[in-house]
Amino acid sequence: MTDKNQQPAPVAKAPTGIEGLDEITGGGLPRGRTTLIVGGPGTGKTVFGLQTLVNGARQFGEPGIFVAFEERAHQVVANAASFGWDLPALEAEQLFFLDARPTADVIAAGQFDLTGLLAGLEAKGRQMGARRILFDSVDVLLSLLDDPLAERQELYRIHDWLAHSGMTGLVSARFADEPQLLSQRYGFVQFMADCVVLLSHRTRDRVSLRTLRVIKYRGSGFAEDETPLLIGPRGLEVASLGTSEMDYAVSTERVSTGVSHLDQMLQGGYYRGSSVLITGAPGTAKTSLGGAFVEAACRRGERAMLISFDQARDEIVRDLASISIELAPHLAEGRLRVRSVRTEAGSAEVHLMTLRRLIEEHEPTCVVVDPLSAMVKAGGLISALSVAQRLIHLAKTRGITLVCTSLLDGDGQQEGTPLQVSTVADTWIQLSYHAQGGERNRALSVVKSRGTGHSDQVRELILSDEGITLADVYTAGGEVLMGTLRWEREAEQQVERERVQAQIERRRKELELAQTETEARMAIAQRELEAHHAELTELRLEQEARERTWHERRAGLQERRSTVRDTAPEEIEGSREGEA
Amino acid sequence: MDSQSSNDDQVVLRLYVADKAPHSVQALTNLEAILETHASPDRCRLEVVDVLEEPLRALEDGVFVTPTLTEVAPNPVRIVGSLNDRERVARLLGLEGG
Repeated sequence: MTDKNQQPAPVAKAPTGIEGLDEITGGGLPRGRTTLIVGGPGTGKTVFGLQTLVNGARQFGEPGIFVAFEERAHQVVANAASFGWDLPALEAEQLFFLDARPTADVIAAGQFDLTGLLAGLEAKGRQMGARRILFDSVDVLLSLLDDPLAERQELYRIHDWLAHSGMTGLVSARFADEPQLLSQRYGFVQFMADCVVLLSHRTRDRVSLRTLRVIKYRGSGFAEDETPLLIGPRGLEVASLGTSEMDYAVSTERVSTGVSHLDQMLQGGYYRGSSVLITGAPGTAKTSLGGAFVEAACRRGERAMLISFDQARDEIVRDLASISIELAPHLAEGRLRVRSVRTEAGSAEVHLMTLRRLIEEHEPTCVVVDPLSAMVKAGGLISALSVAQRLIHLAKTRGITLVCTSLLDGDGQQEGTPLQVSTVADTWIQLSYHAQGGERNRALSVVKSRGTGHSDQVRELILSDEGITLADVYTAGGEVLMGTLRWEREAEQQVERERVQAQIERRRKELELAQTETEARMAIAQRELEAHHAELTELRLEQEARERTWHERRAGLQERRSTVRDTAPEEIEGSREGEA
Repeated sequence: MDSQSSNDDQVVLRLYVADKAPHSVQALTNLEAILETHASPDRCRLEVVDVLEEPLRALEDGVFVTPTLTEVAPNPVRIVGSLNDRERVARLLGLEGG
């Protein structure tokens, strides 16, 4: 009792191997100390204790002793078999079962104590090297004492014995759920035990709810919240958020979305191991995108799984085939598993557990949950956000690329769900209808994508018998146009373009013609020019010749008639004109 | 109880005690007094088992609380406690008529 106050020594922990519980408690129950498991009838106390023993013996090499005050040995074995634990396969040295039920013929006469039992257990424990022990359930034993004082005394005896034995002790007690009752009569038990776990089972909205709460954990931190608990085919499972371990193996590898245009928008596809949320109203092709994703995975040779809520498998296969997403061959080869689940079949916790089991059985690398909102609607204690968180955690720890679809109601904000979920998803793709010009067209936009540059523009999503295609955005006058309107506008512009083209062509031809004409004219003019030039040259030569002749004549005349110098040139000129 | 039939048979009693634990000491004292009053030594045989010395035997015998008194023969009866109400214990053991 003194050593627990020492600050530096952290509490050693014994892992229970119960999914989620070891996370909540930071490693398990206090090793070598007493843990009290309290709860009403049928809350899973025995399963809790037995599972801790079986896991201890099988996984952690810690043999255990089951001291049963309540159930017969063969009942416990049968219950365990239903969880697949196969107790008979465990050696008696690994798990010793002591049937310590008070038999009907026992008559109480006076005071007694548990010394005999504890002495026997001590000897047995030493013999087999037991490290864990469960007293189930101690209230049955105490009821024999029929004396509150004696009850308290014997509980202390067990506690002291446990502390002395060094074994990790589990003591279950069927006390009422109400904390008041617990504190009134058995409050001291809480102080005595180093760790107290409260189990409860109730119904809310006709949905069965099991919860687990760690009330106390001496010397250790723990998650104090009430946590959903599942009793599934493999035993207890605590729906832990897994906040303690967020370090997953992160991949930079891209996996195709199954739609090449979308791959381009996301710079190669989704990151492997990331989680994707696709939101949209009914009929916006959420399932089709999911189908394309698993089909692409199967074509790469990977294992994939599509979990559908409230839609039959064959329907999905048929519908997707109509847009050339062929799932049937992959189903036949066993790479793909399509599982249809009814929403009302269970609470969100149960669905989560089913999913986990399916994933563990099939070991897919790509999983589609369609739609996630159905799971959330299934009700239960956990919020929409934690359903998503847990699912994402489940996928991430296994490196699974997860695509969840979610219905977004008309105004989007009302449900709040998709918006909340979007905060934990890595990629959020929003699908919507755009009503324009009297028709609805599907639009896709990537709202967020962690670690990836992506187009912020809205694309038109077109489903056809050739599959899913995304059309590049078409904007006109600052507005994104789709469908017929887009086609019309495109056609209109095409006609206009062609008209302009034709006009230009005609003008070009006209100009070319004019140019040719001008050139031709220029050629003629050139020839004329040359002709003129030649004529002129000829003329000049002739004139020069005449001049020469005239000068020669004149010189001759001057020599002969030197007396008639003034009149002679006029006479000669006149005679020349007459000759020409 | 039919005390008449036990006349022919020897009564074998076994008392499981935890060494010198108060309840055990008390039970042994009470039982010895009962036997002295109600039964002749030749008709009755008492065996005392100290569970601290033979802890595994107690487990095998299904004895979980101390003190525990068992009548091995002829009528298997199991009585737990310090046996303070001697008359009642004698009746339960079929010894009152003795």
